[in-house]
Amino acid sequence: MSTDKKGRFGIHGGQYIPETLMNAVIELEEAYEHYKNDPEFNRELTELLDEYAGRPSRLYYAEKMTKDLGGAKIYLKREDLNHTGSHKINNVLGQALLAKKMGKTRLIAETGAGQHGVATATAAALMGMECVVFMGEEDTKRQALNVYRMRLLGSEVIPVTSGTATLKDAVSEAMREWTTRIDDTHYCLGSVMGPHPFPTIVRDFQAVISRESRAQILEKEGRLPDAIVACVGGGSNAIGSFYHYINDEGVKLIGCEAAGRGIDTFETAATVNTGKLGIFHGMKSYFCQDEYGQIAPVYSISAGLDYPGVGPEHAHLHDIHRAEYVPVTDDEAVDAFEYLSRTEGIIPAIESAHAVAHAIKLAPTMSKDQIIIVTISGRGDKDCAAIARYRGEDINE
Amino acid sequence: MSNIKKAFENGKAFIAFITCGDPDLETTGKAVREAAKNGADLIELGIPFSDPTAEGPVIQGANIRALAGGITTDKIFEFVKDLRKDVDVPMVFMTYANVVFSYGIERFVKTCKEIGMDGLILPDIAFEEKEEFSETCDKYCIDFISLIAPTSRQRIAMIAKEASGFLYIVSSLGVTGARSEINTDLASMVELVRENTDIPCAIGFGISTPQQAKKMADISDGAIVGSAIVKLLEKYGKEAPKYIGEYVKSMKDGMSNNSVPVELGA
Repeated sequence: MSTDKKGRFGIHGGQYIPETLMNAVIELEEAYEHYKNDPEFNRELTELLDEYAGRPSRLYYAEKMTKDLGGAKIYLKREDLNHTGSHKINNVLGQALLAKKMGKTRLIAETGAGQHGVATATAAALMGMECVVFMGEEDTKRQALNVYRMRLLGSEVIPVTSGTATLKDAVSEAMREWTTRIDDTHYCLGSVMGPHPFPTIVRDFQAVISRESRAQILEKEGRLPDAIVACVGGGSNAIGSFYHYINDEGVKLIGCEAAGRGIDTFETAATVNTGKLGIFHGMKSYFCQDEYGQIAPVYSISAGLDYPGVGPEHAHLHDIHRAEYVPVTDDEAVDAFEYLSRTEGIIPAIESAHAVAHAIKLAPTMSKDQIIIVTISGRGDKDCAAIARYRGEDINE
Repeated sequence: MSNIKKAFENGKAFIAFITCGDPDLETTGKAVREAAKNGADLIELGIPFSDPTAEGPVIQGANIRALAGGITTDKIFEFVKDLRKDVDVPMVFMTYANVVFSYGIERFVKTCKEIGMDGLILPDIAFEEKEEFSETCDKYCIDFISLIAPTSRQRIAMIAKEASGFLYIVSSLGVTGARSEINTDLASMVELVRENTDIPCAIGFGISTPQQAKKMADISDGAIVGSAIVKLLEKYGKEAPKYIGEYVKSMKDGMSNNSVPVELGA
């Protein structure tokens, strides 16, 4: 999908940011435009992805799940097997390398579930950069293990107490920090959101997921899949999973939003299903908000999907009916979390479990010669204590 | 051209920011009247936003208090309509893009005109995206205020050439809130502004003492103060207006005083 000069996806995207940050994003755009075609940059990045992060990730045929559901053949794109345990490392290695080439010595990042924070802390350790991660105080409690991992990796973790003390507030605080210190600092944004050029940069770095899966499925099955299913918060693993299939009209693209306690309640984070057009965090897109444009305090069991907006490219894919965005509740996600663990011996991140939950509904409605690829964006170790609590069991981490 | 130019006709302008509805609109009204009576030349009325990304903790707190008290854009419009019966000081709204966008840009700006507002400041709208808002503002003769930051450098000329009302010069990096020192080379920024426009420019972010205000006013056309005033509201609540009056007077006096001003208890 092409972007014009202001980074628009249809009517979405743009650069709605304070003047203080404008030169920083212009500098970033210029650097990215240069390095994305630089053979040396791409050689270094490929080496990091292959040798350090463990790419390519597997495309695994989930035979037991397929037989159990009795419908379409299910493949899992195993981003959970990457170093640091999620797809976040794909983007972070790209951005950290870019930042280093730009002469930056310090990375800042926001994190929800902690996966992006851990990935950024990891890249910073590897490349010898300073790192500060902003995390909603509520999330530091839900994801205490990841807070410890970030500190172990040498990063500072700053709990954010403003607003709802979750992902959106971590983004706001990281943006505030960036306006305070720009010269030596790169804001390593973790999703396909924020002002241009972030949605494009993050998309390009995550597109490795669909570049691989397309080649893998052609090799295994000799044909393209019928549907791609991925979870959507800001939407980075989903856009990465969709990207190289966007022009293949026969491939359905399905994003699974966190419905929390349901899209008919206020305790939801399903932006496309319940939000409206707005301007926030640097972009025009869909946001959960009230009638006066105040951003809604969203809710999901998943700290990584607990965000009131969605990336502008997803908003556009929704507008043009190229992708479909379906709500998945906490209950459905937790059931799927347990189901995949029992059935395939794979504990998915609670975020990814939203995608698994939809696949469980979808597969039986399709015929046995059809194919679904579900992206397992991360592994679920981090969620075990929270899911146990959800089931009424208190375990020590 | 709106009334904003009048704000710069009475020596160096003192511009006061007040968040609407903190702690309630009745207090906001009294605070505006006190500020105007004691020398404020322009009032920035903040329409609260749930996630004010350009604000430091003080103004964030005011936004949260006001929203928790049930303030809405419509209530603020009604309030301004009433305020305009006896307050003629130039006033601009300061809020975030989504507040205006969700109300409907045209509907918002048209209402601003009808209730007697003079301008609009959106700190999350830079030059590249301003057209979406400024074209409608031009249509209704509401000044869309542009901001210049210490990082603007080569962008200053471009921004100044299209500026309207007054230019808001952001004194330092970061968010709003008091600072003990401001180290930006503001004089050369102002010089670049002057080369490209005749409209006045005022400096804001981090200013809290009469000394700082005077220093800023000496190199520009005025000083903008927000967090220091909002702090008084945080501290004194409904009793804050009289303290705001005293504070505004000390600032306005300090700015026009050529002798060394007396340090106020910080």
